[in-house]
Amino acid sequence: MNSIAAIGASTLSRLAAVGRAGLMLFGALLAVPRLKNVPLTVKQLYVVGVQSLLIIMVSGLFIGMVMALQGYTILIDYGAEASLGPMVALSLLRELGPVVTALLFAGRAGSALTAEIGLMKATEQLSSLEMMAVDPLRRIVAPRFWAGMIAMPMLALIFSAIGILGGHMVGVDWLGVDAGSYWSVMQSTVEWDKDVVNGIIKSLVFALVVTWIAIFKGYDSVPTSEGISKATTQTVVFSSLAVLGLDFVLTALMFGIE
Amino acid sequence: MNKYKTELMVGIFVVLTVAALLLLALKVANQTMSNEGESYTLYAKFDNIGSLKTRSAVKLGGVTIGRVESINLDKDDFTPVVELSILEKYTGFPETSSVSILTSGLLGEQYVGFQPGFSFDGVAELKDGDYLQDTKSALVLEDLIGQFLFNRGGDEN
Repeated sequence: MNSIAAIGASTLSRLAAVGRAGLMLFGALLAVPRLKNVPLTVKQLYVVGVQSLLIIMVSGLFIGMVMALQGYTILIDYGAEASLGPMVALSLLRELGPVVTALLFAGRAGSALTAEIGLMKATEQLSSLEMMAVDPLRRIVAPRFWAGMIAMPMLALIFSAIGILGGHMVGVDWLGVDAGSYWSVMQSTVEWDKDVVNGIIKSLVFALVVTWIAIFKGYDSVPTSEGISKATTQTVVFSSLAVLGLDFVLTALMFGIE
Repeated sequence: MNKYKTELMVGIFVVLTVAALLLLALKVANQTMSNEGESYTLYAKFDNIGSLKTRSAVKLGGVTIGRVESINLDKDDFTPVVELSILEKYTGFPETSSVSILTSGLLGEQYVGFQPGFSFDGVAELKDGDYLQDTKSALVLEDLIGQFLFNRGGDEN
């Protein structure tokens, strides 16, 4: 009897957590936006965006280079090395750009957000803000959320662009694919609204999921050192799984049916 | 970290993003294609269009003179109708011109090959909205093999 009650209790606590996450998000978003919060958002844009820039650019460069190298060795067998450009561009724009950016973002910026907000909670900074009649949702949560939503699509675009240039470096400059065909076949294959815009939509969805999970895990963490470490781990694990799962659903919706 | 430096770095971040977006728009997706100039529309009916797609090129002697705008099925005789948008600067083709669906390379994309016909007295020029009468369909490998086998069978008897 007790074990069945335990199942019920854990289900209820999970549902309650989902409810709290929703309330937190709506509380942060529906709070009347104030002009003086814009500098706070810019500051967070620096923390989550600019500081993730290096890892995003280096990963993008190397992923583009590796794809060009692997693609070339396979395509050259069929004399189809002219298709290297669209191969690199399409896989970056449609899949790797949004997905790898979201995974790196979860590890680089998401975990930091969780730890920061969790520590704020543990040291009772959030309660102090409330004591001073400052809404922590508006002051702490909302700027971080908007910064994540703005930064991730920007990072994904930079990732794709650098990856395509990296593919150009390996494919054209080192392996000798014709530069004209690299770009022209890419141009005739890649479509602006179908490939580029869908990639941006994907990364907006991932931004929502990753930032939301990261902030909520910190906001809802047990205010002890163990609780914060657990929350940080859960942020990375949950948001990676959510990104990979959602990516399949989004791909099926966007590209699955002709 | 003072405020000015933060704003400067965010500004650089934004500039980088805009550069990436421009690269993707202009160099990768080639959004400028529509700015190439005014175009006019010709129609062609084929028996079989193979794997021709919208945005496939229309070429005359290797020069791209237009693109496939849309592919529809004629409701009356159930044949594919291909809408070709030809650039305005390539104009004055005679009515006797013909189009055929060709393949670039062994495994390449299919495109529409345009052969200008002879112009002599009494032959008008192609205008916006005209139908091209002389069309050659795409080669379908299975049909080709079928024909070959049929001919072989005919020889032996």
